[in-house]
Amino acid sequence: MCDTCGCNITNSNAHLVKPGGKLSLTASGNEAVSVLRGLLHENDHAAEHNRSHFDAHGVLAINLMSSPGAGKTALLEATIQALGDEFRYAVIEGDLETENDAERIRRHGIPAVQITTGSACHLDAHMVHDALHELNLDDIDILFIENVGNLVCPASFDLGQHLNVTLLSVPEGDDKPAKYPVIFRAADLVLLTKSDLLPILDDFSPQKAEQNLRNLASAVPLYTVTVKSASALENWLNWLRAEVKAQRLRVVKGQTSQPAIQPEGAALHESSSL
Amino acid sequence: MHELAICQALMDQVDQIALEQQATEVVKIVLQIGPLSGVEAHLLEQAFPLASAGTLAERSVLEIKPQAIEVECSKCGQCTPAKPNLLVCGACGDWKTRLISGDEMLLESVELNCEEDMNHV
Repeated sequence: MCDTCGCNITNSNAHLVKPGGKLSLTASGNEAVSVLRGLLHENDHAAEHNRSHFDAHGVLAINLMSSPGAGKTALLEATIQALGDEFRYAVIEGDLETENDAERIRRHGIPAVQITTGSACHLDAHMVHDALHELNLDDIDILFIENVGNLVCPASFDLGQHLNVTLLSVPEGDDKPAKYPVIFRAADLVLLTKSDLLPILDDFSPQKAEQNLRNLASAVPLYTVTVKSASALENWLNWLRAEVKAQRLRVVKGQTSQPAIQPEGAALHESSSL
Repeated sequence: MHELAICQALMDQVDQIALEQQATEVVKIVLQIGPLSGVEAHLLEQAFPLASAGTLAERSVLEIKPQAIEVECSKCGQCTPAKPNLLVCGACGDWKTRLISGDEMLLESVELNCEEDMNHV
């Protein structure tokens, strides 16, 4: 969406983009330029570029977000093992330091590119673009982008992914969606990980976690998973299978998709540009 | 702490607009920031002097217009204010709502001084 200006226009500011008001003079004679563009216009542009690459090569790109230690890498290892050669995978790992996670993935024979961000708390579209140069997209069905472990900053940056998956691990507590609404609202799927710990950490209520998610007006699926049991991954694996199928259909039709968050601005932009 | 990165991206954008308009100076930058944007207004303000140093906007004023959260209910159709972690309908309490405003992270406008060049002509 919004290839032209990258804006997110809402009802409250839509009047500003109507014809007539773009340039005006202030009382002091300065020129006032109406812009109404996302602050991350440059990043969003690079993200669109990445998404076009993915679509051109038939790749489904999934951005995994969670706090550090919620089990993103363990989930990927278990997923790769469970699905076996059903699909071809690659992983981009984001961490402040170390190649540890990429090495864990490579042990499974899967190509993995480690982005070490130094002190940056999130991945951005340019970092992902650089990492793509180390991968052969023609050999990939699913590209997992494991974002920096952080429940705040990664939510603000589009990487060009088709889908966001946010993980909430049982030890973190069931109130995390209420405490970090932005990142949980951005999710197309929420996974409740380390569910094998539920009997021990019995103050965690999956019902409360779900209620906190629904309070964000999010209707996305929430699956309870653990990497300790293959059967407990089945919902997640079926979701992945369905999404790969959906992406293949989109590619055939020349369509694309992006995380479901904020369709409002795109819709208003289309109507305002008529 | 991603606010500095966002502020730097903003300055690149403002500089480009100033160049396009052949401005000599950026006087004012107006942003719209909603609570669900994931960006903190006061952290942007702190990052601004750092990010604007040495640019045409070095002496500009940063104005941030906070945006209120409003949701439209899919069930009863009412538009009501809401909280960042409670986006349910204020009228009937249903959670199936659509966000109408509150996640803005927008550069609304820039005010430019283009006069100096005119005086030299």
